[in-house]
Amino acid sequence: MSTATDTKRKAPAGERVADWADGRLGIYGLAKANMRKIFPDHWSFMLGEIALYSFIIIILTGVYLTLFFHPSMNEVVYHGSYEPLQGIRMSEAYASTLHISFDVRGGLLVRQIHHWGALIFLAAMFVHMMRVFFTGAFRKPREVNWLFGFLLFVLGMFTGFTGYSLPDDLLSGTGVRFMQGAVLSVPVVGTYLSMFLFGGEFPGVDFVARFYSVHILLLPGIMLGLVVAHLILVFYHKHTQFAGPGKTNKNVVGMPLLPVYMAKAGGFFFLVFGVIAIVSAIASINPIWALGPYRVDQVSTGAQPDWYMGFSEGLIRVMPGWEINLWGHTLVLGVFIPLMVFPLVLVVIAVYPFLESWVTRDKREHHILDRPRNVPTRTAFGVAWITWYFVLLVGGGNDVWATHFHLSINAITWFVRIAFFVAPVIAFIVTKRICLGLQRRDRDKVLHGRESGIIKRLPHGEFVEIHEPLSPGQLHTLTAHEQYQPAEIGPAVDENGVRRKVSPVEKLRVKLSKGYYGEDGQIAKPTAEEYKEITSGHGHH
Amino acid sequence: MKKLSARRRHPLAAVVVLLLALAATGGLYAVFAPAGKAQADETAQSLAIDEGKKLYSVGCASCHGTGGQGTTDGPSLAGVGSAAVDFQVGTGRMPAQQPGAQVPKKKVVYTQAEIDQLAAYVASLGAGPITPTEKQVSPDGADIARGGDLFRTNCAQCHNFTGEGGALTHGKYAPSLEDVSPKHIYEAMQTGPQSMPSFPDTTMPEQQKRDIIAYVKAVNGEDSASPGGLALGGLGPVSEGLFGWIFGLGALIAVAVWVAAHTAKAKKS
Amino acid sequence: MSSQEIPEEILPVEQGTAHGAVTVADDPFADPGLPAHKPRVQDIDERAARRSERAVAFLFTLSMLATVAFIASYVVFPVDQIVYIWPFGHVSALNFSLGMTLGLALFFIGAGAVHWARTLMSDVETAAERHPIEAEPEVKAQVLADFAAGAAESGLGRRKLIRNTMFGALALVPLSGVVLLRDLGPLPEKKLRTTMWSRGKQLINMNTMEPLRPEDIVVGSLTFAMPEGLEEDAHDFQTQMGKAALMIVRIEPDDIKNKREREWAHEGIVAFSKICTHVGCPISLYEQQTHHVLCPCHQSTFDLSDGARVIFGPAGHPLPQLRIGVNDEGNLEALGDFEEPVGAAFWERG
Repeated sequence: MSTATDTKRKAPAGERVADWADGRLGIYGLAKANMRKIFPDHWSFMLGEIALYSFIIIILTGVYLTLFFHPSMNEVVYHGSYEPLQGIRMSEAYASTLHISFDVRGGLLVRQIHHWGALIFLAAMFVHMMRVFFTGAFRKPREVNWLFGFLLFVLGMFTGFTGYSLPDDLLSGTGVRFMQGAVLSVPVVGTYLSMFLFGGEFPGVDFVARFYSVHILLLPGIMLGLVVAHLILVFYHKHTQFAGPGKTNKNVVGMPLLPVYMAKAGGFFFLVFGVIAIVSAIASINPIWALGPYRVDQVSTGAQPDWYMGFSEGLIRVMPGWEINLWGHTLVLGVFIPLMVFPLVLVVIAVYPFLESWVTRDKREHHILDRPRNVPTRTAFGVAWITWYFVLLVGGGNDVWATHFHLSINAITWFVRIAFFVAPVIAFIVTKRICLGLQRRDRDKVLHGRESGIIKRLPHGEFVEIHEPLSPGQLHTLTAHEQYQPAEIGPAVDENGVRRKVSPVEKLRVKLSKGYYGEDGQIAKPTAEEYKEITSGHGHH
Repeated sequence: MKKLSARRRHPLAAVVVLLLALAATGGLYAVFAPAGKAQADETAQSLAIDEGKKLYSVGCASCHGTGGQGTTDGPSLAGVGSAAVDFQVGTGRMPAQQPGAQVPKKKVVYTQAEIDQLAAYVASLGAGPITPTEKQVSPDGADIARGGDLFRTNCAQCHNFTGEGGALTHGKYAPSLEDVSPKHIYEAMQTGPQSMPSFPDTTMPEQQKRDIIAYVKAVNGEDSASPGGLALGGLGPVSEGLFGWIFGLGALIAVAVWVAAHTAKAKKS
Repeated sequence: MSSQEIPEEILPVEQGTAHGAVTVADDPFADPGLPAHKPRVQDIDERAARRSERAVAFLFTLSMLATVAFIASYVVFPVDQIVYIWPFGHVSALNFSLGMTLGLALFFIGAGAVHWARTLMSDVETAAERHPIEAEPEVKAQVLADFAAGAAESGLGRRKLIRNTMFGALALVPLSGVVLLRDLGPLPEKKLRTTMWSRGKQLINMNTMEPLRPEDIVVGSLTFAMPEGLEEDAHDFQTQMGKAALMIVRIEPDDIKNKREREWAHEGIVAFSKICTHVGCPISLYEQQTHHVLCPCHQSTFDLSDGARVIFGPAGHPLPQLRIGVNDEGNLEALGDFEEPVGAAFWERG
């Protein structure tokens, strides 16, 4: 340090600003910890960034849209520049959306960026969540961040739904009508909730303004807080990494935030924004002018919600129409059951990490990611869940599937009803088998080397394929994963000969553990002894 | 064309060819036959009925009965009117080829002159909606916005906001209105073909039908604008979701792979 | 570690440390450690580095040009100009040009930055140590002791009265907020049970706004109606229509299978609520050959020739029928309100 030799030196302007800030904010301490923070490189680690950046893009474009949008259901007669709606009665909300689309220069583009951004935001969150799930990145110490992420996804769905409803067009109005019908189905308080939500009978004149404050203030406010917390935790925990040479559970290998990740992540923001802007330039989304203003007595076929609500639409479409009338009251099971299964579908995946840590009883930190094949039961569960979700998505678009694949809508509905129960089970079994097969292949690869594709003829005429031994790095990578042993109930009596009490919950845990880590749950990874025996014993086969 | 060639080996293809040949013969006959066109309308009319009857007994009678009374294979044609014939035969739906949930639109097998003769014959079986004139179906000067409102009240529930079509029960469907001529849209509203209910003049006056036609042509015509870009079939959130996933998220993941990939190392030399 | 409740040996050897930390010389699967850094072309060849530099600068320049083009498009293209662009169709010139130029301007910044990072910034991978998140036992002990001291000083445990009343006060105060929500809307009362229809109200054709006459309605046709006296510019038009909208078809009386339906019809003209009994979509996909009507939202299917019985889908009960007749002027009129609530079912429906 040369500070002593040159104390009178005038520090450069940037440094003086930093000194000023440090004296008040303590930024040097923060920067010391974070400026050269290491981030590992993998494309799948950037899925969350896509979600983050599209969230920022949605906020930016959303603010612009509020400058022109009128969240009012006052009736006006349209006299704007879109010919096919001249003289039609509509709400101010709808008219101002037409104004944004046809009279504000660039307004249509910003609307489309906002809406495409929203679809991509939800899709990116979904894929990011699946990445975290299948690699086991949700394990300790990241369970809380998993829940934050899950909440962001759910809140994103509702922010999307309220935003979709704001223009008060015929499609979104139909969606709101559905929501009102679903609220009515709630036992005892349904009608009250509906009246309070809509300020009276449907549609009333309030819901656009109410959805507006929820859409632009309440939900995004909560989401912004969660996003910040989510990111702080990512920094605090440091990023996970895949197994590999030099990568341990006690380090993180990659490149520093300054400059590489500043440039890569910063640049990626512009790339995401650029791609969404280009998508918005070439593809139309929610052309509300073609849909017409909302009228309670009008409807169009193909009435669907945006994709992230599609699975709930599927639930509601395939449910049989059960209704129970008892003692002068109606239990609308045909609507209420889907309404309850809707959160259940989401909660099932959200609580999975806690189930798994209960089964393994593993309280250690995990920073090395699993390869999905090495955790067959978890992977199979995840695939079963995705299958479940997508079966419902198919159900949500059954009419579009029917017309485009020349099928009967009734047949598709029945297919979804059955697949709702059967498809996840099949997906579970198939995935588990595939995972085990891949584990076996890894085992073979470690023990016998990589298949080179070169065929050699031995002196006695036999043909063999030459297997090339793996490098030490590859050998390490393929054997680095941990394998749990199935739990045991233990002896029925303790050392004093007294019968031990084993709670049914513990019995269940042991059973699950056997399923996870028993003989059918994983393929034992090769041991050093096996490897040595094969490599030293009799050459390569 | 593809559809036609794909059905070349269809069991009914021979029947269709036969019908085509018969129709062509009939058509030639109609062209060369000494026509009394200059004579009084009534004569022309009765002549057309006669010609129509001949065409009918060849092409239609097997299903609809020799006198149009209907059989188990086809409904009675008494009272369906000339508009129904013009629509069904003019859009190629009739003669039907094969049983199914719904008789689809196909290549038209008769000339317009033959269709008119058939229509005249069927109209003579009982009064019904009459084939509209050019002026009746013209969208010129109609109120597009009013048409849009009427369309959303009466039509969009089956044909979608802009007439892209949609699903009905058990494999039936409301067809797309793209490329359907104003006359055929008018006749469909007038007569209610297949599953479609009719919208007679008594409940939907002629002017309103023209408004609706004008709207359909404005939003689903050849030159209809889709200001925002690709219309994605005009199907709404399902196609938008697919596009967003495949091209939006897909492109972004491709970019992410590039961003995260290790830069090529210098080759050992 | 104190949090571990089960003996270590049940758990597998900790991942990543299995070989790395205690390298056994003869473990074939031992972690060989971070591979040595291999240089990129740009690291050893200054000309290649220059090329990368120029490429990055070129991308940033393209971005600047695209922004200029964005501003130019904003000025040049009128907001309503439609152009044909293959394969996108007839699109707004302004939307297309603004979106493309903005998208490219942003994309090139990102591409430049990433190319810069990938080719010119150091790509040496380094390892940073992780530190356990759990606090050291002495820190934990200190915190617990501090907490115990603080809690004792507050006297919260000892002075139960204070504690209980405080919790009481905190539990009650949010009630004010809940109470304030009361005026979000009126109570349901009988609002969902009644519609505008009443005895003597004529059926107004939604197309012509004229009263409907029985002879207007032919078999196979579909007509929509609203009650006389409801105006499109009325402030509660939407709310009233949401309950009163009517779908009218004519069925040959002999084809009507339901006795009550036949009685409530007028010469085969039947009037059913247009509001689906599932969740309230305006149902109206009427298939005139089968008299089935399908809901476009969730595919509930009703048989209009059999009392609008549900034959498929998630709806739980038939569409309510409106009893109709003809008045002295020969127009169709209602003979009362619906006898049951229209639209989606609810708890008090009964």
